[in-house]
Amino acid sequence: MTKTLLPVLTVLFGILVIWFLAVAPMNIRVTLDQAARAGGDVVPTGAVERRETSTLSLLLNNRSYIAGGYDLDRPRLPTPTQVGQELWKTTGAMVLKGRTWSKRSLIYHGWITLQSTFWGFLLGTTVGILGAVLVVKSRVLEMSLVPWAIISQAVPIVALAPMIIVLSSQAGIDGRGFPKALISSYLCFFPVMVGMIKGLRSPSGEQLDLLKTYSASGTQQFLKLRVPASLPYLFTSLKIGVAAALVGAIVGELPTGAISGLGARILIGDQFGTPLAIWAALFAAAILAGVLVTLLDRTQHVLLRKMGMRT
Amino acid sequence: MTSDTVIKAENLDLTFQTNDGPVHALKDVSLDIKKGDFVSFIGPSGCGKTTFLRCMADLEQPTGGKITVNGVTPHEARQSRAYGYVFQHAGLYPWRTIGRNVRLPLEIMGYPKAEQDERIKRVLELVDLEGFEKKFPWQLSGGMQQRASIARALAFDADILLMDEPFGALDEIVRDHLNEQLLKLWAKTQKTICFVTHSIPEAVYLSTKIVVMSPRPGRISDVIDCPLPAERPLDIRDTQEFLDVAHRVREGLRAGHSYD
Repeated sequence: MTKTLLPVLTVLFGILVIWFLAVAPMNIRVTLDQAARAGGDVVPTGAVERRETSTLSLLLNNRSYIAGGYDLDRPRLPTPTQVGQELWKTTGAMVLKGRTWSKRSLIYHGWITLQSTFWGFLLGTTVGILGAVLVVKSRVLEMSLVPWAIISQAVPIVALAPMIIVLSSQAGIDGRGFPKALISSYLCFFPVMVGMIKGLRSPSGEQLDLLKTYSASGTQQFLKLRVPASLPYLFTSLKIGVAAALVGAIVGELPTGAISGLGARILIGDQFGTPLAIWAALFAAAILAGVLVTLLDRTQHVLLRKMGMRT
Repeated sequence: MTSDTVIKAENLDLTFQTNDGPVHALKDVSLDIKKGDFVSFIGPSGCGKTTFLRCMADLEQPTGGKITVNGVTPHEARQSRAYGYVFQHAGLYPWRTIGRNVRLPLEIMGYPKAEQDERIKRVLELVDLEGFEKKFPWQLSGGMQQRASIARALAFDADILLMDEPFGALDEIVRDHLNEQLLKLWAKTQKTICFVTHSIPEAVYLSTKIVVMSPRPGRISDVIDCPLPAERPLDIRDTQEFLDVAHRVREGLRAGHSYD
């Protein structure tokens, strides 16, 4: 654990430095526009002229205004500190005020998204595992199912999501829970299916021959050899699958006019021009994904250890 | 066919169809193996020794000729679980302990639980692995893993043991030790053993009968009866008798090679 901590922190530090440095050029135009409107001494003075001046010369000629770019209400690119403050304001501070489940709280929105992710993950994993079992069991199904599974991933989910919403409401399903889970599972099932096909096929010819010499049945071969051999593969794909399910749930909230969920926060932040809200929601989603993947990773570690496999 | 013939091959052919044309893995192979024999198959790569063993085990289908195991077809013999097979790699399941690995064939064959326990205990003792029942394969050395895989093949009542280069991947010191143990095991269990190997001393030391094979097409070039006494300490390998047999095997191998 401590071995991985240092490299991870080093990379994190690097990202923060680049981010922090990028804020000045990204925000200089907005800062200068605001300063000019407030009667400040800006070079060049005209808004049209400024538009035609390069960012670099704007920065060099207006050095006294650069600092202002780090403290805008609606920045093009917020600073890490601003995002951190916004994130705290919408999570920890809400909890302290006893308003955890307020509509302004990212914990509330995160919870909504997490529920869709959970159902999507469950559905996607089930479909993925069943698909893999069928494909491994039957050559015909392999040839007929696998191409469709691959094509399904070539269709952009944002194009498909509104149709799933429309069709499910047409089918008389109330609420967004089901269509969101469906969209989420659509992204989730594929990595699980691919990983499980590989896992169920991982036993060597020698291992299969051994069972043949016992004249074991197909079911015995499946349960005693293929399934346990596939477990390490399963967990690897579950980790990819859960992240995909989260992305699916967020995408499912974007085009559907949803008002709760992290996806809805991102969309609303975009429509109302509040970049801080977008960034905070993005980070909340990233943290959520990190937590989910870590949980699965720990489960994998404990389970495989228990099965005697070195992880 | 006499009643004590266990495996009988008559004019056995096996041709694999490949993109480069047919490959004659076995051509006109005839052999009788008697009950209680220890038969070694020796020859260079591609001589068909493993293929021949796999034919006995019904893991390959001959394209011509006839082979019987215990008087029936290999398929029927496999279904009646007439043989135990030891592969070149121990192939223990990493998620099962040694005890549960040995239990695998017993579970599949539906032995009652109490009998499974009793058999596991007995065969682990037989291969000197008592006390390792609860260990996982990775906790054992390569030689111990191979012994566990032999125990697994002995756990059910097959009176034929087919071994495909079981000690090929082990170093010579471990191999000597396992050879000695295998002979004791054979004396104790009275099984018929077919043993594929690359090593001349191993073949001579273990066998009552050495089958020398040569490649392209895979065929038997010599069958040598090994006259060494049943009781064989490791230093028997320095006696003139042993060296004479080894010399004959080497001559047989050389004759096979003169074709190419």
